Amino acid sequence: MADNKVQEQVQVKYTSKDFATKQDVRWCPGCGDYSILAQVHRTFPDLIGIKKEDIVWVSGIGCSSRFPYYMNTYGIHGIHGRAPAIATGVKVARPDLSVWVATGDGDLLSIGGNHFIHACRKNIDLKILLFNNRIYGLTKGQYSPTSEQGKQTKTTPYGSVDYPFNPISLALGADATFVARAVDRDAKHLQSMLKRAAEHKGTAFIEIFQNCVIFNDGAFDDITDKKVKDEKLLFLEHNKPMIFGANKDKGIKLDGLKPVVIDLSEGKHTIDEVLVHDEHDDNPARAGILINIDKQQDLPTPIGVFKQILKPTYDEGVENQVKQVTEKKGIGDLEKVLFSGNTWSVN
Amino acid sequence: MEKGLLELTDVTVRFAGDSGDGMQLTGSQFTNTTAIVGNDLSTLPDYPAEIRAPAGTTYGVSGFQLHFSSNDIQTPGDEPDVLVAMNPAALKTNLSDLKKGGTLIVNVNSFDSKNLRLADYETNPLEDGTVEGYNVIQVPLSQLTNTALEDTSLSAKEKTRCKNFFALGMMYWLYSRPIEPTLNWLNVKFKNAPEIKAANEKALKAGYYFGETTEVFTTRYEVKPATLPKGTYRNISGNEALALGFIAASVKSGLPLFLGSYPITPASDILHELSRHKNFGVRTFQAEDEIAAVTAALGAAYSGALAITTTSGPGVALKTETIGLAVMTELPIVIIDVQRGGPSTGLPTKTEQSDLLQAMFGRNGEAPVAVVAPATPAECFSMALEASRLAIKYMVPVMYLSDGYIANGSEPWKLPDVDALPEIEVKFRTEAEGFKPYLRDENLSRPWALPGTPGLEHRVGGLEKANITGDVSYDPENHEFMVRLRAQKVKNMENDIPELEVRGDKDAELLVIGWGGTHGAISEAVDRARNRGLKVARVHFRYLNPLPKNTGEVLRSYKKILCPELNMGQLSKILRNEFLVDIEPFNKIQGLPFKSSEIENKIDSILGGNNGRK
Repeated sequence: MADNKVQEQVQVKYTSKDFATKQDVRWCPGCGDYSILAQVHRTFPDLIGIKKEDIVWVSGIGCSSRFPYYMNTYGIHGIHGRAPAIATGVKVARPDLSVWVATGDGDLLSIGGNHFIHACRKNIDLKILLFNNRIYGLTKGQYSPTSEQGKQTKTTPYGSVDYPFNPISLALGADATFVARAVDRDAKHLQSMLKRAAEHKGTAFIEIFQNCVIFNDGAFDDITDKKVKDEKLLFLEHNKPMIFGANKDKGIKLDGLKPVVIDLSEGKHTIDEVLVHDEHDDNPARAGILINIDKQQDLPTPIGVFKQILKPTYDEGVENQVKQVTEKKGIGDLEKVLFSGNTWSVN
Repeated sequence: MEKGLLELTDVTVRFAGDSGDGMQLTGSQFTNTTAIVGNDLSTLPDYPAEIRAPAGTTYGVSGFQLHFSSNDIQTPGDEPDVLVAMNPAALKTNLSDLKKGGTLIVNVNSFDSKNLRLADYETNPLEDGTVEGYNVIQVPLSQLTNTALEDTSLSAKEKTRCKNFFALGMMYWLYSRPIEPTLNWLNVKFKNAPEIKAANEKALKAGYYFGETTEVFTTRYEVKPATLPKGTYRNISGNEALALGFIAASVKSGLPLFLGSYPITPASDILHELSRHKNFGVRTFQAEDEIAAVTAALGAAYSGALAITTTSGPGVALKTETIGLAVMTELPIVIIDVQRGGPSTGLPTKTEQSDLLQAMFGRNGEAPVAVVAPATPAECFSMALEASRLAIKYMVPVMYLSDGYIANGSEPWKLPDVDALPEIEVKFRTEAEGFKPYLRDENLSRPWALPGTPGLEHRVGGLEKANITGDVSYDPENHEFMVRLRAQKVKNMENDIPELEVRGDKDAELLVIGWGGTHGAISEAVDRARNRGLKVARVHFRYLNPLPKNTGEVLRSYKKILCPELNMGQLSKILRNEFLVDIEPFNKIQGLPFKSSEIENKIDSILGGNNGRK
């Protein structure tokens, strides 16, 4: 049985075209979503062992949520905010399926915040891709729960007074077992994050910085533009020191619990002082430090895998319980159940 | 002392006490034993929303009414013949319901100044004439229980808590019921608490022997078994029957059952019950909220499960948008609404039928769903099979309207022949050749194509779809076509559901129509009116959308139509609108079921004097 399965897996060979649909893609020209779609199309043929018919894409409402229409797999374009809950139903009913969620910052973190944290908490084996453009696009430009404070939009002509969510912090706080960040314009890195998420068993969350060319163009330029990204982005790699800069000569050091930048070029500091990334560490203290590494603190913005740990998934737990109870009690006998308890006969 | 034995055909008993007095337990034990004895029966639990309201207050009173008989009965009884009042508050809130001249058994120990004050009695009602005209039996229940448990190691408080078993034992003696079923139940329930078990046993037996020896009871009663149709029976509540019905639907359809649910009164028992039956492959998902519960069910339906969600009115309000998505994606889910008093949080533990219009119309856009409603607790079983069948065959969401009264009420259920239960046919699409997600069969149903099937990869969603191809379409003509098609799908079910059956006089002057849990009260009222010579007929709707095919014909055959409902006239509204017939609504909105006498009086007032007499 196991051998057959392996053979079957090897036989399935896809190209990125196999995952494209006949639907015209209707995002605005220049939208970051195109890149995300392209990277998914490119990555999926490499996900050895996952057949196209075993994949279900689920989405909510928003620009990002049109995603399932462009994937030649099974898909549900749901209602606003509910994608993680729909996906949960798919996965719990059918643990054999590979279930992916395409969502946006309004969809996942505003109207759907509750479903997101509970999917993470339960460790349901879903891959959640957050297209974070820090704006409401489909409703034409209102501020979102990830918009920076002071942002001027149609609903906040004098600047928003809200504090934004840090999606990574939220996912870590809700105990997601895989938490990563990527950038729409960095194709290679995004592809590697998608592969890592696909390989992870449990709730996998990737925040993708995605440019909305119409309503929030250039929102990430200050960190992702070619000219600045070496200085502004910190690529997290497991077991490697946290260094960045065009010459890889800057590092993150802990000053007490506070992350600070040290210069490795002057001979004053050594690489040994630099914090080494451990994505498998589930100590919340590390998560707390990682989420404080950001531009508000004059630090580079980390991208890559923040955390990956393994623990039993919810869907697996449900499945096992069904098996265990069935083993213990025997396969349900309808007649026996109906006729149980206090019965009496009328002759 | 030699005591007389009097045979009765029909008795209604009500146990009333503090929320913490164990009245629901006492009532359900008495019910189970009465069922085993072979009486027909019907129950009405009535309890406050607060779990433990302050002891001794009127708003903390919990009651359980049981009607049992050697005849066929339909309702839990209008007026109790016997009221067991465990404290002054219970007396205060229940005395007015007791039949004139009825028997009142009180725990006299609880009538102290503190409890009298809590119940707002200025003087002791047992002494000031309040209970005059009733057959009052004062029993020092607390004291007798404490004495019986003297040599146990229980604390004073624990001893007092056993008094409901003393009362139960006494009532068993009074109505000639065996105590063994309750002894057996105690054995199982308190397997791991031998002291509590022994104490409750003692209290139960002490109550029983008290009945035998005390001089306050001069007569003992007997209610012979009812002549029910041949078969094996068990006592069942609506919620239990509903849960078992969906397990049966899962077995008969071969689909694994998926329940997405969020705890809510009075529907939670269904989630509890189904969570116990994992060996049927049942997956219960206690969701983070009502919306997740139904959307998860929708995801499960897309993946090939028999998907249901259970809730009450406030939950349906939250699920509304997802039900619309199920209409649009044409996926089979069953939404069970155990109705309670509304609006808003309303009366969580009380019954009402006020979600009919919500079930019919409570969604944005033109979003028709099928609506069914069982009429009795036992019928919740067969209606689960029926709701599943319709959802799957027509790829349509089905609203299943139960209510607090039939959900918590119970009656003897003649157990069905499992092999004779109808199979539910399921046709999954497997053939890739010619597949389109919105192809239509003869019922206009679209194919159910499950993830995992090669070549059938397709996308569904809330945006309007072009017929057949299922592509997103904003075409004006297509939208109107699809709106009409979705309505027609539901309409087509009328060829697949039973017609209305008129009961009663062919040449009746008055037709009484009802739906859902009012069945018992209406049929009893109509029977009584007919026994007095009035010409009355009745019909009961179990299908609210679509309506049975002969509905118009039936309604137009009678000059006068009365529609009793536990709402402001929701079915009357629908029927008047649909058939342009005059229907007189008769409404009660008190969180309580109809008494059959209320309906009978209404029938009398419509037919007036001798009008309609044979």
